[in-house]
Amino acid sequence: MALAVNTEKRGGECAAGAPERGAGEKTVGKDKAEYRGVLVYAEQDRGKLKNVGYELLSAGRKLADALGQELAALVIGEDVAGLAPALIARGADKVYVVEGPEYGAYSTDGYAIAMEDVVGACRPSAVLIGATNDGRDLAPRVSCRLGTGLVADCIELGVDEETGLVAWTRPAFGGRILATALCPEHRPQMGTVRPRIFQRPEADAARTGQVIRVASKVQSGDIRTRLLETVQVCAAGCNLEEADVIVSGGRGLGGAEAFALLQNLADTLGGTVGASRAVVDAGWIPAVHQVGQTGKTVGPKIYFACGISGAVQHLAGMSSSDIIIAINKDPDAPIFKVADYGIVGDALEILPLLTAKIGKMLNR
Amino acid sequence: MEIVVCVKQVPDTTEIRFDSGTNTLIREGVPGIVNPFDKNAVEAALQLREKTGGKVTVVTMGPPQAKNALKECIAMGADEAVLVSDRALAGADALATSRALAAAIRALERYDLIICGRQAIDGDTAQVGPGIAECLGIPQVTCVQKIELDGTAARVERETEEGYDVVESGMPLLVTVGKGINVPRYPTVRDTMKANRKEIAVMAAAELQACVRKPGLGGSPVRVRKISAPPPRAQGEVIQAESAAEAVDALLRKLSDRKVI
Ligand SMILES: Cc1cc2nc3c(=O)[nH]c(=O)nc-3n(C[C@H](O)[C@H](O)[C@H](O)COP(=O)(O)OP(=O)(O)OC[C@H]3O[C@@H](n4cnc5c(N)ncnc54)[C@H](O)[C@@H]3O)c2cc1C
Ligand SMILES: Nc1ncnc2c1ncn2[C@@H]1O[C@H](COP(=O)(O)O)[C@@H](O)[C@H]1O
Repeated sequence: MALAVNTEKRGGECAAGAPERGAGEKTVGKDKAEYRGVLVYAEQDRGKLKNVGYELLSAGRKLADALGQELAALVIGEDVAGLAPALIARGADKVYVVEGPEYGAYSTDGYAIAMEDVVGACRPSAVLIGATNDGRDLAPRVSCRLGTGLVADCIELGVDEETGLVAWTRPAFGGRILATALCPEHRPQMGTVRPRIFQRPEADAARTGQVIRVASKVQSGDIRTRLLETVQVCAAGCNLEEADVIVSGGRGLGGAEAFALLQNLADTLGGTVGASRAVVDAGWIPAVHQVGQTGKTVGPKIYFACGISGAVQHLAGMSSSDIIIAINKDPDAPIFKVADYGIVGDALEILPLLTAKIGKMLNR
Repeated sequence: MEIVVCVKQVPDTTEIRFDSGTNTLIREGVPGIVNPFDKNAVEAALQLREKTGGKVTVVTMGPPQAKNALKECIAMGADEAVLVSDRALAGADALATSRALAAAIRALERYDLIICGRQAIDGDTAQVGPGIAECLGIPQVTCVQKIELDGTAARVERETEEGYDVVESGMPLLVTVGKGINVPRYPTVRDTMKANRKEIAVMAAAELQACVRKPGLGGSPVRVRKISAPPPRAQGEVIQAESAAEAVDALLRKLSDRKVI
């Protein structure tokens, strides 16, 4: 079976996309079996690895072991070779490093070239990428360039028994269905995976692995976008995707002032404040806090839903939380159907009590 | 300024039907709406046109009734509309869709800016925008919440986990937009009636320049093997207590029993 893998051109080709230049689906005439091993993209931000990269190493390790193949990691950045040992300690057999000042800030163009080159060099059977903002920007660009398939925002990974292919499972229709997809004829099989679905592996300092530097092929002019400024809208640590505890509020809180109550509880637990769309639309809190189908998808250890009715679009963003605690005046609110623990009552009264008592428990 | 907006018609219902034979969703017969983010995309295009002049063309790929989505965009104020529709395109995955749409856009005389929605609420893949940009060989910025154009360059705000980045790019450029960018306008009854009378150009797969040698299901690397209902969360409990304070105590006992706190 011919493979639609296009590694010769970068950009503008997208395999079958440009027949006026004589391209059909480019075939490299290689056997699928030549693509071996699992490659995990270890995303970093300002020199610090994101948790999702570690999480994918544990998922990738399981896949690689099930396939009897190697697990490699890829890190791209300005000065990132020093991150390799941490990746090896958490399961990578090899770490590919693409380094240079041109990777100081994320750019689709630069990072896509780096990823394409590494995929070309190591020919993995599967590539796992965190479903972060940047991951979901990069992955479709690269998969299209390679002319292969991508399954976005997966929450479950397995090996299909019949075919030995990666079985990618993801929600669709706002979480109302789960679809399991395969990529039978194209390589690599690619997918983005939601943060916080998999556990971070323990570091094992005794593990050894190989670090492979891949020379950067980015030339001036390749990166066509320029980052002018990075603006932080909320105080440090409002990254909902990586939060362990999220205290969310909805229209039931009655007004923007009440969000101080959420913030107090969040601070006590080292958590982050989230919100429903209704309150973002009302202007009580900036949109970066919104959880749900059109906001962020989160999976904390504890999710507090205070004065939130539990519309399907909200549930789509938080129902994979480990523990959901709902506080709502209305005993029939749909949020109670997904909550592990519910309290029927006034959030404005309960939140301060909860904060004070937890504070005492934790001695804060 | 020639602005192209990609809009998708998505089912408006919770009733999901799918063809278990090919494992693809059946869209025929399910009432459709314009994907909410794509309305933001149209609105963004209209606002830019109001400032810089030019033309807004909406493009969709879908079955014949996807015309209705285009008409809604025309009623909002779009100038032109193209429907890419062909039986051969049925079952297209994100890659095949990107290729077909890129080919349709390439067939237009000119494009400076392409605006897509952040994601379609049915598939939720967020892949088609970047896919089109890749096929056309143009830069992309995803999850954009603000667009400013000045002559030949665009300055946009891209949502990040903790705020936003200000990014500059030349054109042509493809952006995908979230709902934070604007509030889409409602068309007037008069504009809706006028739009209903508008002829919509239909492009068949054979006409697509890049003829996607294997359009639709045959050119789609991703195959859906199984569709299932998500496992329901285990039924939780509603804490019964006399007072708010007792309810809080009961909750905390349960959390500390489970060693959560
Ligand atoms: C295409 C689309 C996408 C959407 N995307 C999202 C999304 O991403 N995220 C999202 O959240 N929503 C989204 N929505 C909106 C969603 O449908 C709901 O409208 C929204 O989630 C409701 O927010 P809410 O629960 O805060 O408000 P409401 O539904 O008004 O609920 C308020 C709740 O507070 C309770 N309450 C009132 N007073 C108190 C009190 N003092 N103490 C305790 N409880 C009290 C009430 O009983 C009620 O249950 C989307 C909608 C559409 C159509
Ligand atoms: N069939 C289609 N026709 C036109 N535009 C589409 C189509 N599918 C996706 N798009 C565009 O791509 C965006 C992302 O869609 P998706 O990748 O399916 O989540 C949408 O918001 C649309 O702007």
